[in-house]
Amino acid sequence: MRFFESSNIFNYSWEQVVQGFWRRYPNPNSNHVLSEDTVIREVQAGKLISKRLLSKTNNIPNWAKRFINTTYVYIVEESIVDAKNKILVTYTRNLGFTKVMSVTEKVIYKQSDENPMKTVATRYAWIDSQVRGFSKAICAFGYDRFKKNAHKMVGGFNFVLQNMYPNQQVIPTAHTNIKTANKLKDAAKNASELAKSRAAPIYASLHPNQS
Amino acid sequence: MNSIGEACNDLKKEYDDCFNSWFSDHFLRGRTNDSLCAPLFKVYQDCVKKAMKQQNIDFEEVKKDLLETPHEKKPQGKS
Repeated sequence: MRFFESSNIFNYSWEQVVQGFWRRYPNPNSNHVLSEDTVIREVQAGKLISKRLLSKTNNIPNWAKRFINTTYVYIVEESIVDAKNKILVTYTRNLGFTKVMSVTEKVIYKQSDENPMKTVATRYAWIDSQVRGFSKAICAFGYDRFKKNAHKMVGGFNFVLQNMYPNQQVIPTAHTNIKTANKLKDAAKNASELAKSRAAPIYASLHPNQS
Repeated sequence: MNSIGEACNDLKKEYDDCFNSWFSDHFLRGRTNDSLCAPLFKVYQDCVKKAMKQQNIDFEEVKKDLLETPHEKKPQGKS
């Protein structure tokens, strides 16, 4: 089993991020997502519970095709929106072929403690395989692919947010007093997210057929 | 975004539009009554369930609860 953890900052309020969450497909980085359906939706104790079914193309290397012989895979995304505490939690897993490779991802979107106009997303992922003799190789492949895709997912989400809120001031304030190492790290992340969100429209304009 | 069933695309779009405005104008403002889009959800659901059946997708497996249950995976190093 391989475990992955990362976090990123969206330069949008939590309310904006959760509204964008439902509309994040399609985006220039989501060409592999073929369909998206809501299969469960209800309000429980003031929280919004949803389950969505996604289908995606299964882009795997040739060596892996002996284990998974299918052109697309199904993904289930559970989510809970707690508007009172401003928390969105998502939990995503693949359906079927879980013995070959299971990828489970949990993401927590919370309003930033330092700036209510920012949202922190913390991402955890578990990549597992039960194929005897190959599980290590499959996990390593799954881990690398997940890492790459997580990056792309954030870029795609930022692209959607920017389209929804074009007048949003996304430039981080230059004069914030950064005291701790952590804050410095956040600031660096901010800058890179900003650069990525700026890059997405450029990417889209270069690849008009894919957007 | 397309639905898994081609026949459901229009129903999905109608429902998604309704949901997105309900989510912004009601839910995020603390009004949690979700009857507004319920009729649209019902017809869209009937269509999606049919499409899932045709594509041999196990609905029981899809609707299984994992998040916030004992089956949920926990981050390493945290309990």
